[in-house]
Amino acid sequence: MAKIIIFNIIRFILLVILQVALLKNVSYYNIATPFPYILCILLLPLGISNLTLFTLAFLTGITIDAFYDSVGVHTAACVALAYFRIFFLNITLEVDQRDSFQTPSWGNMKFKWYSTYILLATLVQHIVLFTIEIFSFENILQTLIRALLSTIFTIAIIFVISLLTYSGKNKIPNN
Amino acid sequence: MKNLWLFFVRFNAFFWFLLFFTFSIVLVIRNNNYQQSAFINSSNIFVGTLYTKFNSWQEYINLSKDNELLTAENAALRQRLQFFEDSDSTVMPAIKLTMDEAQYEFIPANVINNSISQKNNFITLNKGIKDGIEPNMGVISSNGVVGTVLKVSENFCTVTSLLNSATKISVSLDSTSETFGSLVWGNNIDSRYAMVKDIPNHIKAYVGQPLFTSGYSTKFPKGIKVGHILETDLTSGGSFKDMRVLLTTNFSNLTHVYIVKDKLAKEKIELESSNNNNG
Repeated sequence: MAKIIIFNIIRFILLVILQVALLKNVSYYNIATPFPYILCILLLPLGISNLTLFTLAFLTGITIDAFYDSVGVHTAACVALAYFRIFFLNITLEVDQRDSFQTPSWGNMKFKWYSTYILLATLVQHIVLFTIEIFSFENILQTLIRALLSTIFTIAIIFVISLLTYSGKNKIPNN
Repeated sequence: MKNLWLFFVRFNAFFWFLLFFTFSIVLVIRNNNYQQSAFINSSNIFVGTLYTKFNSWQEYINLSKDNELLTAENAALRQRLQFFEDSDSTVMPAIKLTMDEAQYEFIPANVINNSISQKNNFITLNKGIKDGIEPNMGVISSNGVVGTVLKVSENFCTVTSLLNSATKISVSLDSTSETFGSLVWGNNIDSRYAMVKDIPNHIKAYVGQPLFTSGYSTKFPKGIKVGHILETDLTSGGSFKDMRVLLTTNFSNLTHVYIVKDKLAKEKIELESSNNNNG
């Protein structure tokens, strides 16, 4: 338990540093920008309460916002992501799995489940993020294209990180 | 009553979502409308210090290029200095300047955080209230304009970059010309180009013509180079036309900048606001 909490804190710090020190300067013009820091919300233990999840998502968002000078934009997107996470876990996992304190990582879950989870969560977060950043529904097509291309970029980086930190231990049975 | 409570517990995720999401949207709107000094931005002490750390590593990568730029600027300044030194020193100057010192003071600063890939880009500098920086001061680099100071903390300040939809800088077509327009980034995704808007239709401009700041605002002195015209006569449909500009400032590689302090700014603003009061 304590180990998992410490792991999550270290993961949070490393991902935020990666995001603001390195990936902030990486983008294909203004079209595709990667945001793999969302991994630290996605990989929180399965069994945490909804309020804890929303609070942590809010804090993650506001940390990134402080570095990006975009107060509220990442925060809103992270809160939306947290809500999606609750929804997705509810419809795909059994009750006993949901209540365990496992990390929903590649090593612990099936690849099919993990990839669907990452793909949909990233897509939701990015669409909310780019819509709020523009703050209008004008040029909605351009915004969606930016969100989609950024999603691909983000997912590529998330899978590289997942591969590098892969461990097949504690495999829990999955439906 | 019990049923209501059960209803809230059952859909607690949704209600938490509504609460947190509304709060963050309020943050976005507040920030969009007022630009007031919120604590959460990159000029606060924690984020500023961290960016200084990151930057101290990045600086090494650009070191040789920066040196080259600074040497070039030194050479240009030396050349201008020569012009003054060569004049006959035995002749006493006939004209006495009415102003004791120069109107503008240039405060050198280091860029500790910079972005060019966002929709609205900001820069963080390592100078703050301690060094006499105030909001709305202009920021220039050795080869062009950079932006305007937005928020100031004790040791740091954030700058609205030219690559930001909020920035509008008054420019003139030649340093002597009487034509004025406003420089904006426009809907660009490239940090090298910007647009000049509101140039009257009868003005003829040629490709490669240099653009300078007009000196109408208190932010920038007159005659600082901004860029060259790349495409002229992009019609915007009215009696004004737009032009595309190649900027002289290289935003992707910005390390040393100068903050422009106009010593007479307060006087000018006071005078102009008294005009408004009477009219």
